[in-house]
Amino acid sequence: MLERGLKQRVTALNAFLEDIYHDQRILAEGRVPRERVLGNAQYRPDMRGMDVKGGIYAHIAGVDIVRAGQGEYYVLEDNLRVPSGVSYMLENRKMMMRLFPELFATQSVRPVQHYPDLLLENLRAVAPDGGDRPTVAVLTPGPYNSAYFEHSFLAQQMGVELVEGADLFIRDDTVYMRTTRGPQRVHVIYRRVDDDFLDPRAFRADSMLGVPGLFSAYRAGRVTLANAIGTGVADDKSIYPYVPEMIRFYLDEEPVLNNVETFRCYLKEHRDYVLEHLDELVVKEVHGAGGYGMLIGPTSTAAEREAFRQRILAAPEKYIAQPTLALSTCPTFVESGVAPRHIDLRPYVLSGKTVNLVPGGLTRVALTEGSLVVNSSQGGGTKDTWVLD
Amino acid sequence: MLSRVANELYWTGRHFERAENTARILDVTYRNSLLPYQLGEPGLAWAAPWAVPLISTGLATAYYRKHPVLSAENVLRFMLFDASNPSSVFCSLRAARESARAVRGAITSEMYEEANASWLEMRGFDYDHVQRVGVQGFCDWIKMRSHLFRGVTFGTMLRGEAYHFLRLGTHLERADNTARILDTKYHILLPSAEDVGGAVDYYQWQSLLTSVSGFEAYRRIYSDVITPRRVAELLILRRDMPRSLHACLTMINDTLKLLCDEQNWELERMAGELHARLEFGRTEDIMRFGLHEYLVDFLERIYALASEITRRFFAPTA
Repeated sequence: MLERGLKQRVTALNAFLEDIYHDQRILAEGRVPRERVLGNAQYRPDMRGMDVKGGIYAHIAGVDIVRAGQGEYYVLEDNLRVPSGVSYMLENRKMMMRLFPELFATQSVRPVQHYPDLLLENLRAVAPDGGDRPTVAVLTPGPYNSAYFEHSFLAQQMGVELVEGADLFIRDDTVYMRTTRGPQRVHVIYRRVDDDFLDPRAFRADSMLGVPGLFSAYRAGRVTLANAIGTGVADDKSIYPYVPEMIRFYLDEEPVLNNVETFRCYLKEHRDYVLEHLDELVVKEVHGAGGYGMLIGPTSTAAEREAFRQRILAAPEKYIAQPTLALSTCPTFVESGVAPRHIDLRPYVLSGKTVNLVPGGLTRVALTEGSLVVNSSQGGGTKDTWVLD
Repeated sequence: MLSRVANELYWTGRHFERAENTARILDVTYRNSLLPYQLGEPGLAWAAPWAVPLISTGLATAYYRKHPVLSAENVLRFMLFDASNPSSVFCSLRAARESARAVRGAITSEMYEEANASWLEMRGFDYDHVQRVGVQGFCDWIKMRSHLFRGVTFGTMLRGEAYHFLRLGTHLERADNTARILDTKYHILLPSAEDVGGAVDYYQWQSLLTSVSGFEAYRRIYSDVITPRRVAELLILRRDMPRSLHACLTMINDTLKLLCDEQNWELERMAGELHARLEFGRTEDIMRFGLHEYLVDFLERIYALASEITRRFFAPTA
């Protein structure tokens, strides 16, 4: 059920991205408000009218799912830029198999360790035409990035080069890496560098991480970037409420996975409701990430609520609010023994020739008692996750 | 292999080797400074033993910009701990560790741990520590860290391109440094002409040999008194002496053969020519040409070879 819902959701999100960078039918029909998309800081006008290989923008998507209430699944958010954490999924499984081999012997747990192979296969499938043995490389900001371990891990597991911006150069709109045997053409870049830093000529001029001329080569269709530039607009929290609508619009299907009810503070009646019920809701910044810039109503103080009230009134379009979900918990070994802690699940959905995923994902756990914030940057932990046959 | 990765590996090798050889040069200087020695004329300050490591490494100008006076303490501080001297042991070990860190995926974890531990320990030392353990004791510590890194490399690393680039750096640096150490003797003026071939001269050659771990080898091979001609033969032409120029060039030449393809003909030619000069060279010819002149010429050739390596492997643009 989850698998079907995830594939459906990611297929619709990719269709949405292709649409808004081409004909904009969904906007023309008023199913998603035009200004929410075109006025979004994550929308890249430079990408307008450009065809990406296979019409795929989000090659790797991490969809955060929670189980709440009576046990229904809800999608908390979509991560379509550079979702991280998949190396933890693989390392967790490795550790569990080493520590508890007897459990695996009796439980028939479906394997996830072929993720790197699946990833490589998907990346090769979106190579620009003309290369029969496409070269794939992982682009990292470098060893000082907090996810560097994951970048080098994935490159090593796929058997491809881990490159930094300075390792690449562009000649005649073609990307090459500098090797000891001379320049070698690169067809597909699995980039773990944000849009803004990819090309100092096209985006932020002060970027030391990018490759001058990369965007031009990209536009010329000489290299595939995974994920594409400009996917951030579709995982923005202000666009999130419209994903079920996208599924109906592009696929003519009913969504399998629920969205969490979301109040958009730029709509007057939503805003009024939010301000009335601040103590019950979770308020988030639309561009926020990592569990920062949030108000969790039930555990907040009056002063915090008042501060958020002022911020919402000052810039309503920057905030959304959702009901506080009773997230499911999982027995977790903490200092005081085994105790329940809240969790969410992030499966990784890959899109290449087809949409596919490994049976598993990254379970994130809030290690503080009662906390609903699972982000690793805020001290969250992770768990191995099993899908049983 | 990516040029950046190859470059970092090459410099990991070079920097570790440089730290070791700086320790060796300071060690021989310290030994020489203990020999009975008075300046014949006040104007000959350059001849003082502590000027030698500065001259032979080309750092005299940088030193005098910081320290108006030549003293053992100042030279030791400058060569061991000075963060503004890129060839100091402090900077070499830091650079070796930074390079190793940048290519952690290409080396074994034991190698990285060793490079990291060397740097972390070095960072905790200062001149007071040198005074406590003695100059020779501290130089021995540096040499031991380099031995450890080389040993763990030899014992754990896959013999692939990564290994070859690291070893290329090691032997290039060693060839350069052995030539410089051998040349130090040229810069030590003897107090008076009659001392040439006398006791002071003898001890200077002996400490030089000791600094490159060559004294015992000398005794074993020649079982005779120390003469400049034989020292030159041992450190330049002997293939079985692991720090000799010939041994270094054999390693460089063999490594380049593994790394080069047909585009790098010029690089192979340069290394091959330099190697052949050592393989077929004669001590008499070197001494007739002048040992110092020979070494200066060798250093120029090594520099040209290193430049060509950089150009070919690490900076391909077109």
